[in-house]
Amino acid sequence: MTFPFLSVLILLPLLAGVILLLLPAGKRGLIRGIALGVSLITFAISVYLFAAYDKDLAGYQFVEQMQWLPALGISYHLGVDGFSLPLELLAGIVVLCGVMVSWKVEDRPREFFAFIMFLASSVFGVFASLDLFLLFFFFELAVFPKYLMIVMWGSPKTKEYGGMKLTLYLFFGSVVALVGVLAIYFTSGLQTFNLLELEQAGFGLAVQKLWFPFIFIGFGVLGGLFPFHSWAPDGHVAAPTAVSMLLAGVEMKVGAFAALRAGLMLLPDGMQFWAPLVLILATINVVYGAFIAMIQTDFKYVIGFSSVSHMGLVFIGFATLTPEGLTGAGLQMFSHGIMTALFFAVVGMVYDRAHTRNMAELGGLAKHMPLAMIGFVVGGLVSMGMPGFSGFVAEIPIYMGAWKTMPLVAIISVISIVVTAAYILLVVRRVFFGETPEPIRAGLSDISVMDKIVVVGLSLLMILIGLIPSLLVPMIQGGVSHILSLVGGA
Amino acid sequence: MTLSVSQMTLAILPEILLVVLVGVLIVISMIKRDKCNQVLGCITAGGFILAIVSAFLFAMPKAEPALIWGDMLRLDSATFVFRMIFLFGAALTAIFSCTEDSIRCRPEFYMMLVFSTLGMSLMASSSDIIMLFLAIETASIPLYVMAGIKIKEEKSVEAGLKYFLFGGMSSAIMVYGFSLIYGFSGTTHLYDIAQGVIAHQVPIAGVVVAIVLVLAGFAFKISAAPFHFWAPDVYEGSPTSVTGFLSTVSKAAGFAALIRILMILFHADGGVVWQALIASLAVASMFTGNLIAIPQKNIKRMLAYSSIAQAGYILVGLASHSNLGFSSAIYYLMAYLVTNLALFAIVGWVGRKTGSEDVSAFAGLSKRSPGLALAMLIGLLSLGGIPPFGGFFAKLLVFGAAVESGWAWLAIVGVINSVIGLYYYLRVLKVMYVDEPVENTPLKIKEPLWLVGLILCLVLVVVMGVVLTPWFGISNWATIGF
Repeated sequence: MTFPFLSVLILLPLLAGVILLLLPAGKRGLIRGIALGVSLITFAISVYLFAAYDKDLAGYQFVEQMQWLPALGISYHLGVDGFSLPLELLAGIVVLCGVMVSWKVEDRPREFFAFIMFLASSVFGVFASLDLFLLFFFFELAVFPKYLMIVMWGSPKTKEYGGMKLTLYLFFGSVVALVGVLAIYFTSGLQTFNLLELEQAGFGLAVQKLWFPFIFIGFGVLGGLFPFHSWAPDGHVAAPTAVSMLLAGVEMKVGAFAALRAGLMLLPDGMQFWAPLVLILATINVVYGAFIAMIQTDFKYVIGFSSVSHMGLVFIGFATLTPEGLTGAGLQMFSHGIMTALFFAVVGMVYDRAHTRNMAELGGLAKHMPLAMIGFVVGGLVSMGMPGFSGFVAEIPIYMGAWKTMPLVAIISVISIVVTAAYILLVVRRVFFGETPEPIRAGLSDISVMDKIVVVGLSLLMILIGLIPSLLVPMIQGGVSHILSLVGGA
Repeated sequence: MTLSVSQMTLAILPEILLVVLVGVLIVISMIKRDKCNQVLGCITAGGFILAIVSAFLFAMPKAEPALIWGDMLRLDSATFVFRMIFLFGAALTAIFSCTEDSIRCRPEFYMMLVFSTLGMSLMASSSDIIMLFLAIETASIPLYVMAGIKIKEEKSVEAGLKYFLFGGMSSAIMVYGFSLIYGFSGTTHLYDIAQGVIAHQVPIAGVVVAIVLVLAGFAFKISAAPFHFWAPDVYEGSPTSVTGFLSTVSKAAGFAALIRILMILFHADGGVVWQALIASLAVASMFTGNLIAIPQKNIKRMLAYSSIAQAGYILVGLASHSNLGFSSAIYYLMAYLVTNLALFAIVGWVGRKTGSEDVSAFAGLSKRSPGLALAMLIGLLSLGGIPPFGGFFAKLLVFGAAVESGWAWLAIVGVINSVIGLYYYLRVLKVMYVDEPVENTPLKIKEPLWLVGLILCLVLVVVMGVVLTPWFGISNWATIGF
């Protein structure tokens, strides 16, 4: 038996979270140390898995399986393929960055880091689950850390509203998906939650048409799918920096991924039937999200809505059911995860110093925190889909796929590129250039070393992917070809 | 399968031990009249545990169910499992009540607790409607006394009286239903009645009327809407450990007897009618409980409405009319029992320390006692159906059972209610973790026994959410026994 990397990746943060909660609250240094140590280990494991994955072999690797409740066909079944492995890597990176930017948390650090660890365990778990029950288990495991982190450490004005809204929206989406999951479990007659067996179950067309929306849209709520996206900006803005990074950077991908795994892959005919609707909704996401981002005055809301816009592209990629679109969606999930984590990290750094996020009260920050500005601009270029950055290699295939299936979608959603460029440049000008207003000047200082590492690391990664897309593309293509084999050559 | 008298005596050994326990309590209360500490509660809990052990040693059900004592009782796996549930819950209640000053020196309280548990144990094993009625009354009358045991407090007395009046009324309705069943079928034995129904010897219309009446009585016992009106007042007024007992063990007893009757009924032609009736009770309970819980300020009232909603979820399992449905209901009952006992233990403790039973008394609990806040978090999230806690898998099972039987809409109503439920559970979490405490003094737990009981509950809550096979096996085993 090989070393159970995936189990360690998932269970180590869980264990660390429990241990942190049992430590005395006063030991801040130890608490931070454990959190950083564990996130470094999970990061290292995710990098190792990424490097050790055999791309030529493709398929599910590092598989672990153990009976859990045989009577109902529930097993503890883990494995990653070319589609999910980049997402594990993304989660590893963002969790580590999230812990690093939270280094200075002073209010109840024990609970803070413990909840981050629970959240990490949940996202690692969802991406690696090969059992539908297990996937759902990990999906729901994130509910209470998210809520508590937002209401405990969020921004004072909106945290209670934002936290409750986010939690109830996501819980609602997931329980609706649960009904769909249970329905296909019982319809299959296989008495198993094993995803690999359910993939082959060959559900009838009527069943697929009926239950696909429950599962896809139910999980899609967490992906920010229109019209269930409104938790995202409110929730992201209300959350503390690290949680915004994890929510927008990883959790939204969890939603999209679950929609793919349980919706698209189990009910491919349902996907084909509902593809036009999903395309339309996702196009609204893309365009509407971008326009709304344009008119925001709050720095953080701009990023919040930009996430809604970018996640729309992921759903477009899914719904095209073409190799290009799906590969693009996989790349976009990774690229957007890194980009939005960087954005929220920079927003957090600005807010910590200026104590406002209103862009009218900000300005000229480039002088005070140059590296943050550079990071934000790199993120902005990714966001606009500038060649040479990861956003370009992700978005172009999606548009290609959309062009093949529904040219109108491609034409309309391309508008968003222009709008994105506009709002990003607007933010850069308002926040980082011009005169620094007097009230905020006193508090400004350069960002800390930890922050610098995060900004530089994430920026370089996006440029790296932009210049050498082959780091990711062949792996994702391996995963996509498996997905398309289920769709049946479409 | 017939058993000899000695075998039959062994089969009811746990019940006999409970009667002995009452005698012991009387003697002890006479000896140690003045010096009052936790001794009564400990002895009671010890007695319950002894009864559990004796059941494992001498009263294990055989592969084939056995009718004993003139066909009055039935020793099967369902009897056994529910007996364990009741005795376990009662033992925890005895432990938790040790810390409640108003009742821990009252031997009569512990006697009532034992008597009530005895009645419940018989409820689960009765196979004859006369026996069943006697068992229900044996279980209920001590509960009325327990609810009103704080005779110097108006609220408690009101709770006792209200519970008594509602309970008496519902018993009357139920016994009327029983009398109709007897009238139509000519027998008081449940399994003979079932045979008669299947063979069409009993007029179905008569049984329908009778069962509606019986169902109303049981709906009262399990506090399902629209027979729930007693619950909030009684839960609020009773001593908190009694509230815990009422909302868990007493409810489980109601379900034990109800499942046995339904199992018989569902053999009758009108299966779908019963499903619809139970489903509508479930829907009414879930919505009533969850929606009215939202504006509650008193935490015991809030949990009372929450327990009405929980009864609704369990009824979803029953409405499914399948083996999975019944075992999911039993799984749910077990997870719910430990969860709610833990919650009421904490509520009672915090109430005694802060002098208030309002939700606001929990403000800043995470700063005053982080461990207790975490315990409360586990309990509330389990009720809300969040993994990795027992309530999650229990909910998944009942909804799964509904979907399996083609009642997907019932599952959808259920999940909508889970969202509503989560809303007010999260609000309590918010109060504990975000709101500023009125006082900043740390709360220290100085009752080791109480703490052991609480930790045991919490460990079980987590174990039931993670280690699924044994618990699901037990639920299944019990279902097959009915």
